[in-house]
Amino acid sequence: MPEGVPLVELRNMNVSFGGVHAVNNVTVDLYPGEILGLVGGNGAGKSTLIKTLSGAQKPDSGEIFIDGEPVTIHSPMDAKHLAVETIYQTLALADNIDAPSNVFLGREILTPVRTLDDSAMEDATRKVMKRLNPRFENFTAPVESLSGGQRQSVAIAKAVQFNARILIMDEPTAALGPAETEVVRGLMRQLKEEGIGIFLISHDIHDVFDLADRISVMLQGKLVGTVNKADVTMDEVLAMIIIGKLPEEITETDLEQLHG
Amino acid sequence: MTRVSTAPPAQAEGEVPPRRSLLRALEIDLRVFGMVVALVVILVGFGLLTDGRFLRPVNMVNLAVQSVSVAIIATGMTMVIVSRNIDLSVGSIVGVVGMTYAVLMARILPDYLGFDSPFLWLVALAIGIALGALIGAVQGYIIAYIGVPSFVVTLGGLLIFRGATWLVTRGVTISPVDPTFRLFGGGPEGSIGGPASWIVGGLACGAIIALLASGRNQRRKFGFPLRPMWAEALIGTVSCLAVLGLVWLFNSYKWPDTLAQRHAAETGITIPPGGLPAGVPWPVIVLLGVTLVMNFVATRRRFGRYVFAIGGNPEASELAGINTRRTIMKTFILIGVLCAISGAVATARLDGATLDLGEGYELYVIAAAVIGGTSFAGGIGTISGAVLGALVMSSLAYGLSFMGLSSPIQDIFAGIVLIVAVAFDNINRRRKL
Repeated sequence: MPEGVPLVELRNMNVSFGGVHAVNNVTVDLYPGEILGLVGGNGAGKSTLIKTLSGAQKPDSGEIFIDGEPVTIHSPMDAKHLAVETIYQTLALADNIDAPSNVFLGREILTPVRTLDDSAMEDATRKVMKRLNPRFENFTAPVESLSGGQRQSVAIAKAVQFNARILIMDEPTAALGPAETEVVRGLMRQLKEEGIGIFLISHDIHDVFDLADRISVMLQGKLVGTVNKADVTMDEVLAMIIIGKLPEEITETDLEQLHG
Repeated sequence: MTRVSTAPPAQAEGEVPPRRSLLRALEIDLRVFGMVVALVVILVGFGLLTDGRFLRPVNMVNLAVQSVSVAIIATGMTMVIVSRNIDLSVGSIVGVVGMTYAVLMARILPDYLGFDSPFLWLVALAIGIALGALIGAVQGYIIAYIGVPSFVVTLGGLLIFRGATWLVTRGVTISPVDPTFRLFGGGPEGSIGGPASWIVGGLACGAIIALLASGRNQRRKFGFPLRPMWAEALIGTVSCLAVLGLVWLFNSYKWPDTLAQRHAAETGITIPPGGLPAGVPWPVIVLLGVTLVMNFVATRRRFGRYVFAIGGNPEASELAGINTRRTIMKTFILIGVLCAISGAVATARLDGATLDLGEGYELYVIAAAVIGGTSFAGGIGTISGAVLGALVMSSLAYGLSFMGLSSPIQDIFAGIVLIVAVAFDNINRRRKL
């Protein structure tokens, strides 16, 4: 287990939708320079949990700590002010406007007379793209005309442009081809090197095993447990995801069931 | 597409590889370009059908003035539709605000200010604009914060404000309006005159050149790809020629002889040989101002960017931290103010307010915005397109009535043009994707 003060801690989070307890008393934490894989089946509550940190979902109860200090996050802007940036599974891009406008959406650079400084925004976007995806060239077309990988680059640029310390990536490679996936993975390792903490939400157990330092598993709104990747096998994580048992609780019969 | 072989080789660093098509090199909005072509075709077509009589300055000036009321509101309707809403109440807002102007100037304000007070029209205009903004704010609040669909709210507004207009005036026409206010309506007296028109034209040309130069400097400063110099020169020349051509057109419209002599006697000017040019009508100046301001708001201000972002992806805009509700409410305040300005032009033209003032505007305004390339799916539209759309609509209506066709036939044509324009646009867009 990592040591010191966690970068983020979500403590005893609860979210209900009507009668459904989507997130049930879940506690997770994340350290600087760490990638925490957050896995679970459909409807396990991963995305809902993480939305309480990104400001897109108000929790019913629970506390959020950043650098050990309690914080309140009521809106996406609150989260951004705390250097929490989110890359949504849907990418959350306005398809009808160009890449720089998307990168700076809600945080536009203004000229002294408070008009949009499109040149400065394009310039900054060109600089960040040089780092993320040097082949990206189309800075003036609506992003709907871009390829899946390019759109993903825009969504990532949107997050890293503002010196994020905590990055939430929800299924970052789901819509990408193999080459583009590799680019995103390389990028995540690079960001991790820079000391950024990353929550990686993914269906893809291989993705998670490849990138994550620790893995938190959720099932039906509850946290099954958090394990060090180095200490577990893929089968054991699958067992956590599917039957909700920690590696030490798993029996032979469980494993047989798992492999059908 | 046209290939151009004369493009000079890339000069500055950062210049992109030579662009292939003329239109792409010019970076002209194809849709707006298409509209200009359509407008010219319509005008020339009617000109041919009428042995050129249609193209006389008096007709062109009337046509321009007639389109102003609809065009002003269409600029706001574009913003409303871009953000995935609709405003059906615009005609009734024009009616109620127009009636307010007339009642204020003919009945109420003279008691306080006197009939010949120079502030009469200003006070009336300020109250009217405030009323438009208030109506927009109330409707916008209900739409954005309470969540009633804009179609429903503004359909209700259409009925409410039309009814209110009837109630207040009990069905009579109210006139006259203040003489200064009447300038908003155009006509020879309501035009700025020959010399002033050339000055306005000259200023416009200066502004076009300054804008092109500053845009180019800005891009060079950051090392972005530049438009080839010949393209800049071509755009600047064509734009300035178009502006000066329009001024020439407005100046070839002369005061009628008797009016001109009286005006000359009153003001002490001498009538030049060939007649006294009327110049650019005030309503056209108002439309020009509205178009510039709205274009600035739509493309250079955060508010405009947010309207487009909301139209493109409301959830993403929300997640980006945009206050989407406030933005939506503002679009309705804006269109309310534009209705009040449009109402001033309409009331001034009539020299008073009738009960049906603004009736049916909602349809023409929406049609103008849509013909101008605004998409009902949201996120797409331009201010200049909407103004051109209004011009296309009124050219058709004016042309058909000039040829003696009845108003039902004009409606049929307007309907067909609306559908054809949108169908054409859709096909075009699908091909591009």
